[in-house]
Amino acid sequence: MLRTLRKIAGIGIVTEPAPQSDESLRVRDALQARIREVMGRALTIRHVDAGSCNGCELEIHALNNPIYNIEGLGIRFVASPRHADLLLVTGPVSKNMEVALRRVYDATPDPKLVVAVGECGCTGGIFGESYASRGAVSNVIPVDVAIPGCPPSPNRILAGILTAITQPKRAAAHVSTEAAARPAD
Amino acid sequence: MAMRRLFETAVKLPGAPGLRRLTVTEEQWLEAARDLAAAGARLLALWASGQSHGSQSVYAAFATEPGVLVLMLAREQDGLPYPGLEEMFPAASRMQRAIADLSGLRSTDPDTRRWLRHAAWPEDFHPLVDEHVPPAPQSPAVDDYPFVRVEGEGVHEIPVGPVHAGIIEPGHFRFSVVGEKVLKLEERLGYVHKGIERRFTELPILEGHRLAARVSGDSAVAFSWAYCQALEGLSGAEIPPRAAWLRALALELERIANHLGDLGALGNDAGFAFGLAQFSRLKEQVLRATERALGQRYLLDVVVPGGVRADIDAAAADALRACVAQVASEVRELRDIYDEHAGVRDRFTGAGVLTPSLAMRLGVVGLAGRASGQAFDLRVDLPCPPYDEIRPAKVCRSEGDVAARVAVRFDEVMESCRLVARLLARLPEGEYRTVVPAPPAGVAVGLIESWRGPVLVGLEAGPGGTIRRCHPHDPSWQNWPALEHAIMDNIVPDFPLINKSFNLSYSGHDL
Repeated sequence: MLRTLRKIAGIGIVTEPAPQSDESLRVRDALQARIREVMGRALTIRHVDAGSCNGCELEIHALNNPIYNIEGLGIRFVASPRHADLLLVTGPVSKNMEVALRRVYDATPDPKLVVAVGECGCTGGIFGESYASRGAVSNVIPVDVAIPGCPPSPNRILAGILTAITQPKRAAAHVSTEAAARPAD
Repeated sequence: MAMRRLFETAVKLPGAPGLRRLTVTEEQWLEAARDLAAAGARLLALWASGQSHGSQSVYAAFATEPGVLVLMLAREQDGLPYPGLEEMFPAASRMQRAIADLSGLRSTDPDTRRWLRHAAWPEDFHPLVDEHVPPAPQSPAVDDYPFVRVEGEGVHEIPVGPVHAGIIEPGHFRFSVVGEKVLKLEERLGYVHKGIERRFTELPILEGHRLAARVSGDSAVAFSWAYCQALEGLSGAEIPPRAAWLRALALELERIANHLGDLGALGNDAGFAFGLAQFSRLKEQVLRATERALGQRYLLDVVVPGGVRADIDAAAADALRACVAQVASEVRELRDIYDEHAGVRDRFTGAGVLTPSLAMRLGVVGLAGRASGQAFDLRVDLPCPPYDEIRPAKVCRSEGDVAARVAVRFDEVMESCRLVARLLARLPEGEYRTVVPAPPAGVAVGLIESWRGPVLVGLEAGPGGTIRRCHPHDPSWQNWPALEHAIMDNIVPDFPLINKSFNLSYSGHDL
């Protein structure tokens, strides 16, 4: 016990500042400002792997580590779509997962947001569309924010999630990616 | 003895070191499989190749004591089933069902339920042999899978998945339980089947490594290396020593990152969130040092035909060496904390036991096998350069419980940290990449020990730099069935912990 406490005290707080939202990741804007404001304070996320190679999952996991510390921002992963405000979907959407993904989407209460993660979630990636794959997440359910990258870094995923719950900045459409990145990247 | 004779009559196969190929008839196929099973050989992979209009072959790769033997059974166009291997090698069952789904070749074994095909494409369409893709059904459908029913007083079923309550890949688990005790678990996989093997045939052979790396993202180095090993074998290309050493560096970093992630998640599943916080912090440090040294956090594009994508610079190598030394010292400290924590020890010890004799019978490989007395590690037993030179120590335990799988990870992290330091210290000078010409038609096999177990890539080159067939095989194929045994008589709430202790790939299995 003493060793555990000593370790905790010795390491201290390692959390880094969160990235900025990034308008270039936004695909559509379907939520009222007021709803976004309420969601933004305590967002719940349901992750759905709809066919990914599991690379994106590794980086989504990293959001929960003490360095990105997503819970410190009031954002939490939940076990059921019924508890979720936002679906974080990795793809390509395999045809064997298509029904499950639609059911998850339907089970998520309105108003809801969908963020597609990774090259495959955005476009189908190297797998594309085939006898077994529907390709991009937006081919199956409406997508609000799409985060490319193979896999995107935790910072990019976090920037994408924050974009989804941030009111679109109409005037300045694009925040530069440099501004969103941390010095360590 | 029979096995050695088989091996000696076989011809050399390009790719991984020590590979032999033997073309057999149906009788010889069964006889050889019996001899191999009797001699304790391990089934590495089973796949089919060929077109429906032409000839088809079934390949079975076995790890034997003298080396890897690949049996090739040529099939007549008679529509009759080929002899199944389930009796000798239980893990063959699902591989044979996958072959039936994708290539339309049936085995004689009794379980003929569909495996990778659910309801997304017509039953008579076999994606690896039928060129013309039929139109998709109007609305997506789900099928009714015939699970094995357990009957008796008080027995009920708990269906879980495909979408799980966490950041995990999808799959379905059907538990038959009495109270909290699990009588039977039946897995149903295939949800993330995305047509990888057919996709390979659409890519130029010199670009297939990119898809190989994405078969299972957590084992990207192992898959892309195995692919390149097969390709280079076909082309007759010799990769420079520095390239092999840098690949090994990438492979060990992949092992360290995955093991650290698992050690944290296992602590968390045992109710010790401190473990997750500490190990995920260490993992992040490793990923950042890896990115600085090799250009990516996860090494999906580092192994390329002929070598590696880029060289490592001296400053990044120093930073990596320092990072790994730091990680090793912290892991030692955290291991003591895990060992001394009564709650963690209580959850780990005796949970999800897979005895050595059962592991042997089921043909369990890799990390899970080494926790159950199956002392097999390609890096030691059939080493390719540079493993023949740097000689990793093999880790093995015999308890077969969650604690043993945790202990194997701890030991392997320490060993891989040592290997990284050694690889960096003795990195040969010279080129990091050579030119690989498009190979002539032929068959080759690549074999690399991923952090999870032996990864095999069976590659068949067509004319003009095309891929006629590519079968990437993840060790999860052999180990998924073992999880069904390990959970028996445990309680439902221990399943996440036991499942995590195996940490098998869905994507690598579903293809």
